[in-house]
Amino acid sequence: MRSPKSPVLSINGLIKDVGPLPTLDGRMLRVVSDVSLVAGRGEVTALLGANGAGKTTTIECAQGLQKRSGGTISLLGEDPGNARAELRSRVGVMLQDGGLPPSARPLPLLRHIAGMYRNPRPLDELVQRLGIDAFSRTTVRRLSGGQKQRLALAAALIGNPEVLFLDEPSAGLDPQSRQLVFGLISELRDSGMGIILTTHLMDDAQRLADYVYIIDAGRNVAEGTVAQLLQHHTPDMTRKDHVRTLHFEALPGLDFTGVLPAEVDIRETRAGSYSATGVLTPEDLAALTAWWAAHGVMPGSMSMEARSLEDVFLDISGREVR
Amino acid sequence: MTTVTGSAPAPLLRRILLQGQYEALTMLRNGEQLILAIVLPLLAMIGLTVTPLLDGLGDSRINVAVPGILALCAMSTAFTGQGISTGFDRRYGVLRFLSTTPLGRTGLIAGKIIAVLAVLFLQVLIVSGIALTLGWRPDPTGWLPGMGLLVLGAAAFTALGLLVAGTVRPEATLAITNLLWILLGALGGIVIPAPRLPGPAQDAVHFLPSGALGQGLRDAFLHGAVDGAAVLVLLLWLVVAGAAAIRWFKWN
Repeated sequence: MRSPKSPVLSINGLIKDVGPLPTLDGRMLRVVSDVSLVAGRGEVTALLGANGAGKTTTIECAQGLQKRSGGTISLLGEDPGNARAELRSRVGVMLQDGGLPPSARPLPLLRHIAGMYRNPRPLDELVQRLGIDAFSRTTVRRLSGGQKQRLALAAALIGNPEVLFLDEPSAGLDPQSRQLVFGLISELRDSGMGIILTTHLMDDAQRLADYVYIIDAGRNVAEGTVAQLLQHHTPDMTRKDHVRTLHFEALPGLDFTGVLPAEVDIRETRAGSYSATGVLTPEDLAALTAWWAAHGVMPGSMSMEARSLEDVFLDISGREVR
Repeated sequence: MTTVTGSAPAPLLRRILLQGQYEALTMLRNGEQLILAIVLPLLAMIGLTVTPLLDGLGDSRINVAVPGILALCAMSTAFTGQGISTGFDRRYGVLRFLSTTPLGRTGLIAGKIIAVLAVLFLQVLIVSGIALTLGWRPDPTGWLPGMGLLVLGAAAFTALGLLVAGTVRPEATLAITNLLWILLGALGGIVIPAPRLPGPAQDAVHFLPSGALGQGLRDAFLHGAVDGAAVLVLLLWLVVAGAAAIRWFKWN
């Protein structure tokens, strides 16, 4: 595990049992068996994992919302299990389900939450920055998913926290909201806030995270910066026997029968969009481009798949759907 | 964005009062809650004064009816109203979110109690105001013990409402608290005194929070008396329901 200059959260050997569950004949279910992590000030730390991996349970133990069954947690130097108001005021929380009353209106709700703090963030600025002024008097139940997420983020930020927890921050966000929210998260990180987020989207982690912990089945399975994870878990891409995928766009309905060896799977995935997957050789590429030349085909685009964090993740946690 | 340094909580009392005010306004803006809190008790009061149901239990129908109506108001707001709103707040994660703010769980509960008391105060003003114009003449020495009992009853009913809201689904909370409101309202000794109830209910209702609060308020406003047994029963319900709520309340 790394040691950031100024840690805001450290979790060591976290264990969380739930139950007793009737479906397990009254036994307890261990949802987190061994998670350790450190998050620093001025950094975005991501917990990446599939649904049910234990990410939310882990950060809810860190927020003091759930009682841990074992291990230690230090949040700003204190045990969040019995957080005092002083500690809670330094920590902002955006829950996965928002936690906003459906009958409330955004502006009065934010004003109410701001009242819980001695020196809250200026409300006008926050509301404007997150585009909440456009729906400040609409009841929460009538807001879109993206609007609710932005409001929940504002509610988490209103007290001007030093540590910010975001549980699946991009859930329900349209591209514009996503841009807005991600921009704000980066800006807050740069201003020194320690940000801990959970996500099952590799893209989120790739775009936002300074450091990533991959969680699977209640335990850490890998960690590092995005670059480190990609590097450590990527086989030598120059090796000739590696499976690759070549994508290209061209006229629909082209017939590539016999152009490439039988081991290479080439298909039209949708009209005019082709992909060839297999152990591609330089000769295969030459054969393909020669066929294009002979038939007067000029592809609109082509790319060879680079390895993504998603592949790393799938390699580590398995590809089967659970 | 502006960088504001030094996060700190607002003082405890301010946090609790703010939450109380916010919840009270939310309750008062909710149409269904207003029907339950004001309209139905007033209808019950009128019903009891135009029918002979309470004849012979006191010097006038309205003098017997109003204390029970005040008790009914406490049950509406503290048990059914607070139970339903807490149940749905739990479903939507509102309780969990607020417990991560400086308000915290204790502040949240304290805020709910203040909201119940504030709404109950308005109910007492409206109901007793209308009742006085209709000829209600309470024993003036009954106000002090009466108000004390009402607060105690509201506390016991709040504990019961939170117990239901914190242990079952909100739809079930809605059904249970509404059904109990009707059952206890009709047969629980709250507006209709024990002697007018069917045989087996006559003794049993004294042990119910509804019967104890109804009888205690009638003793206070009809005779200026303090009903020790009613106080004891309500205290017992408060302690038992409060302990059970603390033990079994699920926040998510």
